[in-house]
Amino acid sequence: MKLTPHSRFGAVALTGALALTLAACSSGSSAEPGATSGAGDAPAELSGSLAGAGASSQEKAVAGWIAGFNDTYPDVAVSYDAVGSGGGREQFLAGAVQFAGSDAALKDDELEAATERCEGGEALELPLYISPIAVVYNLPDVDTEHLQLSAATIAKIFNREITTWDDAAIAAENPDVTLPSTGIIPVNRSDESGTTENFTEYLEAASDGAWPHEASGDWPLSGGQSGQGTQGVIDTVSGAKGAIGYADASRAGDLGTVALKVGEEYVPFSAEAAAKVVDASPRAEGATDKRLVVELDRTTTEAGAYPLVLISYSIACSTYADAADADNVKAYLTYVASAAGQDRAADPGVAGSAPISDDLRTEVQAAIDSITAA
Amino acid sequence: MAADATTAPAGLLTDDAYRRLPSWSPWAFAAGALAAALLVLLALGAVSTAGVVVLGAVLFVLSSSITSRVVEGPRRAADRLATTLVTGAFLLALVPLVSLVLLVVTRGASSFGWAFLTTDMVGVFGEMTSGGIAHALVGTLLVTLAAALISVPVGLLTAIYLVEYGRGPLARGITLLVDVMTGIPSIVAGLFAFALFTLIMGPAYRAGIMGAVALALLMTPVVIRSVEEMLRLVPNELREASYALGVPKWLTIVKVVLRTSAAGIVTGVMLAVARVIGETAPLLLTVGLVTQTNTDLFDGRMATLPVFAYRQYEQGGTGIDRAWAAALTLILLVMLLNLVARLVSRWFAPKGAR
Amino acid sequence: MAVTTTPPPRGAAPRPSSDAGDTAGAAARAASTGRLAGRVFGALSTGAGVLILVTLAAVAVFLVLRAWPALTASREELEAISWFNGGSVAEYVGPLIFGTLLASLLALLLAVPVSIGIALFISHYAPRRLAQGLGYLIDLLAAIPSVVYGLWGALWLIGRLDPVFAWLSSNLGFIPLFADYQAPAKNIMSASVVLAVMILPIITAVSREVFLQTPRLHEEASLALGATRWEMVRQAVLPFGRSGVISASMLGLGRALGETMAVLMVISPGFLFSFFLLKPGQQQTIAANIASKFPEASGLSVSALIATGLALFVITFVVNFAARWVIARRAEFSGAN
Repeated sequence: MKLTPHSRFGAVALTGALALTLAACSSGSSAEPGATSGAGDAPAELSGSLAGAGASSQEKAVAGWIAGFNDTYPDVAVSYDAVGSGGGREQFLAGAVQFAGSDAALKDDELEAATERCEGGEALELPLYISPIAVVYNLPDVDTEHLQLSAATIAKIFNREITTWDDAAIAAENPDVTLPSTGIIPVNRSDESGTTENFTEYLEAASDGAWPHEASGDWPLSGGQSGQGTQGVIDTVSGAKGAIGYADASRAGDLGTVALKVGEEYVPFSAEAAAKVVDASPRAEGATDKRLVVELDRTTTEAGAYPLVLISYSIACSTYADAADADNVKAYLTYVASAAGQDRAADPGVAGSAPISDDLRTEVQAAIDSITAA
Repeated sequence: MAADATTAPAGLLTDDAYRRLPSWSPWAFAAGALAAALLVLLALGAVSTAGVVVLGAVLFVLSSSITSRVVEGPRRAADRLATTLVTGAFLLALVPLVSLVLLVVTRGASSFGWAFLTTDMVGVFGEMTSGGIAHALVGTLLVTLAAALISVPVGLLTAIYLVEYGRGPLARGITLLVDVMTGIPSIVAGLFAFALFTLIMGPAYRAGIMGAVALALLMTPVVIRSVEEMLRLVPNELREASYALGVPKWLTIVKVVLRTSAAGIVTGVMLAVARVIGETAPLLLTVGLVTQTNTDLFDGRMATLPVFAYRQYEQGGTGIDRAWAAALTLILLVMLLNLVARLVSRWFAPKGAR
Repeated sequence: MAVTTTPPPRGAAPRPSSDAGDTAGAAARAASTGRLAGRVFGALSTGAGVLILVTLAAVAVFLVLRAWPALTASREELEAISWFNGGSVAEYVGPLIFGTLLASLLALLLAVPVSIGIALFISHYAPRRLAQGLGYLIDLLAAIPSVVYGLWGALWLIGRLDPVFAWLSSNLGFIPLFADYQAPAKNIMSASVVLAVMILPIITAVSREVFLQTPRLHEEASLALGATRWEMVRQAVLPFGRSGVISASMLGLGRALGETMAVLMVISPGFLFSFFLLKPGQQQTIAANIASKFPEASGLSVSALIATGLALFVITFVVNFAARWVIARRAEFSGAN
């Protein structure tokens, strides 16, 4: 059913395909990282529909990207279905959508399936959405911009070993702040989420054993306050003084946010700090020049890096059966990776994500340029 | 001084019948209790509307019961207490209703408007305040319409079977199971539609029709019940008169029974639609949400109002305003259906049939 | 009442002859097409009735089919689902069933007394001219979509319940039920309050109908003997309506069991067999759990969730069946009177 519009627009798409290949070549050869030129030069002749599905973490950014992409290519109907990372990968591998968004990289068995889905080609995994996760707290009377906490202290707070705000461990890290004796109410996500997975991963790796649980998308403790989805967490934290939780940084609103201890200094979240940790982190085992999977270094001591981030990958094929699909995906991802696309998502009013660095963009663009039709 | 005058005869049982508190006394007690509550709370420095009402209610019950017991005797006091509690229960039920309606209207009114009703969410992102529910409105109407198209014929025919044909164990069994079906949780209906379609069409299949089937499952028993009641209201004399003229049974049903009860049936169907139009859980599982209008019931996700409201709330920020406005639209839609249903039953009631 | 199991006696008497009249009439008209139409129409309506049975069976069958992978999965496979507690579907669904029943019974406990009060107010206390309008007002509560109740519960009610619960916990905290309240009020009690409001209209509507059917003579006899209004209600109306109120409560219970969105948006879920009503993160209901996990689920986890849905289906089936059984028994009794 999804193919009907393609056949109808086939002729147009073919012209578009040629145009785009030329455009992509020129931008590739000029080796300029600003892939905006690719989007800017290409005539708006692409059409058809482009369906994506996957992580809800990306949803807001994707909404912004689709709007920006449609400024240049108004005839491509892009949709993104926030069905969750697992569902997105499943639908992508089943061929139901052309691209997927996922908070986790493809697993081994999925890679095999991806080869089949991609006509013998390879799957592309592009870290195009980097989002800092903020540790938010509701202490309206505490007079400081950011409370300073180490991963070990945060782990103890969430493991309910530290139960009041004036605990010695917190006071030691915030010598200049008068802390109230309010009880701490830790708040977690009640649904399974990439945010929880990244947060527990950070606690496990960086807390020197203070976090006794394994990293998981599902919160390991029971018997505490929790919220359904990001908004549920924000509502719950806002609902009681002394509450602390973790959420997508762009949604922190009026709540206080924690500066994390990195090396010997405390770093509050910011787009630059989040991008920095991605650059400082090594590639995961098995990563290729197409699958740019990052093994986040949670224990980094790099100055000014904020290690509590979530990376959501855009997953696509290197080879598509349908030429129109290949062109649409290519044009869309090129826009997403471009400075314009990344800046749009980084707007705090859109998704507040961290724009990828120019170095990473060069690599991403090279991978995107390899997309072809079978 | 007055107490002496009243307590003395209260000892005589026979006075019970005529020694009463004046009819305005409850109002006086209520006003006194509220004033006392206000003063007490002012003295304590903790004045709030809720506090005054709660403390006032307690004081009212205490003061009026005690006075009544002294003046009128225990039986009248119990009667007064019962009246207070029963009235109180009703007023208590108004608290959620009034607060909910006020909340939805005040929070929803800011975003609500013609533009909100006529735009969709294509190209709306971030903190943009534009965007609306046109796509969700279309989706809700389509899905509900499809559900009605499935459930009305089935419900109508089943009701006809139960009233006109059915007897014996089959009819009894169907009656019982229709009642049981009324109690199927909406989320189970959603799971059923999901299981049915994903088993047949493959695991990634999502379409408006899935939601329609789930809603139809919820709607059918309601339709059957109301149509059945309407058919039973048709006087048997009408049927017999028709038979006496040699009209076959099926034609009697179509031309006489259904025609007589048409208004009631339409009302029943509209009320059934009003019941399912706000269902969220089954649609959340099956139909999902998209940003643009999808008019194809058989392919792809569709936006619907309840799911839109829920997901916009989850998005936070300006989404919460849209969620309230969508909730307001939904309530207005349900009210409209209820109102039209009642008007239909009033205006088109069969003339002289009852 | 309209909820009877057999056609009313008035309609039953002439009907056997009507079948004969049907055939005779058709034969007299010599319209063989008419007879065919009659037969088709009869078959259609019977078929629709049978379709109801088939549909109910299909619900069970498809749920079982889709839940089957989870029902037969090994312990290891199930534990690979990150949110899965326990080694089998039965172990997983146990606390959920407990939470569902607890939330619904609490809601019933809160709603039934208020509903009886409202029903009495409308049937016997309110000025007659106002009664119908007031009844319609309460029915409005039933017309409000559940997602709106969720928004109301999450963004308005929780804040209002907070001082009440804090008071309960600090003054009655020695009773384990009320111990360990933690703000915000995202506990099973809040969920039950929202559920109670949601089932209020149905319990009220059915009770009101029953109360209104109290024989006039009983009421007048009571009043004539000098009873006060409350005594009349206690002697005549309540005994007459008792079984009606019971079945109304069962219907309310059935509805509370399956309510999803309001619980989802209000409760801090947990998976414990816990009676702490004010403590967060203790209980969760089946329906809310499905709605929370389903959107992101894939593969085996979908099957596991559908298996919990199957359990919910069975529970509501039993409750509704019991409710109808009570009503049917009452119908027999009142027939004997």
